[in-house]
Amino acid sequence: MAENTANQNLFQLTLREARDLIKKEGSEALLKSLNARIESVNPKINAVVRFDPAKYNPGKGSGPLANVPISFKDNICIHGRETTCASKILAGHVPPYDATVVDKLKRAGAHIYAQCNMDEFAFGSSCETSTYGPTRNPWNTEYVPGGSSGGSAAAVASDMAIAALGSDTGGSIRQPAALCGVVGLKPTYGRVSRYGLIAFGSSFDQIGPLTKTVEDSALLLNVLAGHDERDSTSLEQPVPDYTESLGRDVKGMRIGLPKEYFDAEGIDPEVEKSVRAGADLLKKKGAELVTVSLPHTEYAVAVYYIVAVAEASSNLGRFDGVQYGARTKAQDLKTMYLETRDAGFGEEAKRRILLGTFVLSAGYYDAYYLQGQKVRTLVREDFEAAFKEVDLLLGPTSPTAAFKIGEKAQDPLAMYLSDILTIPANLSGIPAISIPCGLTSRGLPIGLQLMAAPFDEAKIFTAAYALEQEIGMYKQRPKL
Amino acid sequence: MSFEIDKVAELARIRLREEEKRKLQADLDAILRYVEKLRSVQTEGVEPTSHVLNVENVYRQDKVKAHEIRDEVLDHAPQREDNFFKVPKVVER
Repeated sequence: MAENTANQNLFQLTLREARDLIKKEGSEALLKSLNARIESVNPKINAVVRFDPAKYNPGKGSGPLANVPISFKDNICIHGRETTCASKILAGHVPPYDATVVDKLKRAGAHIYAQCNMDEFAFGSSCETSTYGPTRNPWNTEYVPGGSSGGSAAAVASDMAIAALGSDTGGSIRQPAALCGVVGLKPTYGRVSRYGLIAFGSSFDQIGPLTKTVEDSALLLNVLAGHDERDSTSLEQPVPDYTESLGRDVKGMRIGLPKEYFDAEGIDPEVEKSVRAGADLLKKKGAELVTVSLPHTEYAVAVYYIVAVAEASSNLGRFDGVQYGARTKAQDLKTMYLETRDAGFGEEAKRRILLGTFVLSAGYYDAYYLQGQKVRTLVREDFEAAFKEVDLLLGPTSPTAAFKIGEKAQDPLAMYLSDILTIPANLSGIPAISIPCGLTSRGLPIGLQLMAAPFDEAKIFTAAYALEQEIGMYKQRPKL
Repeated sequence: MSFEIDKVAELARIRLREEEKRKLQADLDAILRYVEKLRSVQTEGVEPTSHVLNVENVYRQDKVKAHEIRDEVLDHAPQREDNFFKVPKVVER
């Protein structure tokens, strides 16, 4: 293979291609190519935060993903490797155990490869709040990659990763996948164990794959899905072979287009046009398009920024300088807490902890948190009603393509509103994918989102694969 | 409504520096104004969400299991003494 000129571009392989190559020839050539790719491209993109090929050699893995390198968002615990959530408060935190997803990938033979940048504690939609500095969009480095799994998305988009894992609390896999032109799946709540995922919003968080293709997403979900006794929210649902959904006919599928996802304020006409063209491709292949309504969509962001921050403030209570991470020395315990948390948390983390503490505090709980959870029920009921009529819902992933670095950094509310179309799936626990469906006139990727009823990932894969084959975006690469 | 930032920061055990307070205060006020829109939603008789899927609780056996990573966990703390996490003193003698 050394004489083969295609060898130069081994880093471009998809997960399936990498798996097949490694089966025949081992992973050495691929790793060499990928390592060199990171060395040359990462200084421009800043997607990879930890990567030590000399120290972390591939094992002699066997299994369905034998020696295939997989990268991880920096909030997924890897035994013996620093894992910090891109926060100063977890500097020096080296988990004494593996997250279940890491454990499962190891059992499948995978090579635990690089760790990727993210918004601090997954608080953000632009990857700008990281203590390691912003990640840049490979399609145009003046633009954000989206967030919070922006490092994972940008690494996959720039061929610095064959595939990566991210986590999605309000869109943190799908929105960066959309902005970087890759495939991002948020599985059903309870489909994948969160054991070892540093918690943000426990009633929302899900781990999922960011990949170059829909097929790769299915291959990874095959390994990741399933019940785990160490995560009591993971569910005992059978795990089908998701690759069997690929190539199935979409004829007769009923696809709902939620009118609120196309009419919402702030939807870029270019995005709307491209996503509608995607829907029409499914229609051409025999699917039936139906307009539906999800009337409580407009409240989703408000519900999320009450309930998710309440959960975050509670989850981040554990970062107090006692058991792990950084500590600021002080004479007494309370001062140690105050100083450690001041020094350790960045501005967005402080903002969310304060907001969450407020909505849970005496006198405000009913008006904010309880009302939020009631409106959340109404958002969920919108989906339950819709999925009685249709198999899938289709709309944009993000109202716009990538925005410029710094554009929304000073306006948290504007940043929050960029998740308006991804948050509803988290409020409702349903699975959703983002696949690339085109480029804007400025050459930035546009994401199309497909959502399904709980545990209907197979239907998502069927439609996403059909669309991907028609659109062919996966063949395009950013110029770097 | 204005966000009582000092009180909330105390509850959250975060010391805020004066220079960051003004910005946080303004941001939090704006966010609270935005979420006010939820008040207009009619929710009488609506159950608050306690789990996103309609699932039943599942119990597991309450069995003691061995964990062999105690030393690794303790060594990892900012300060350890014997089998304890060490913190600054809490009670005056």
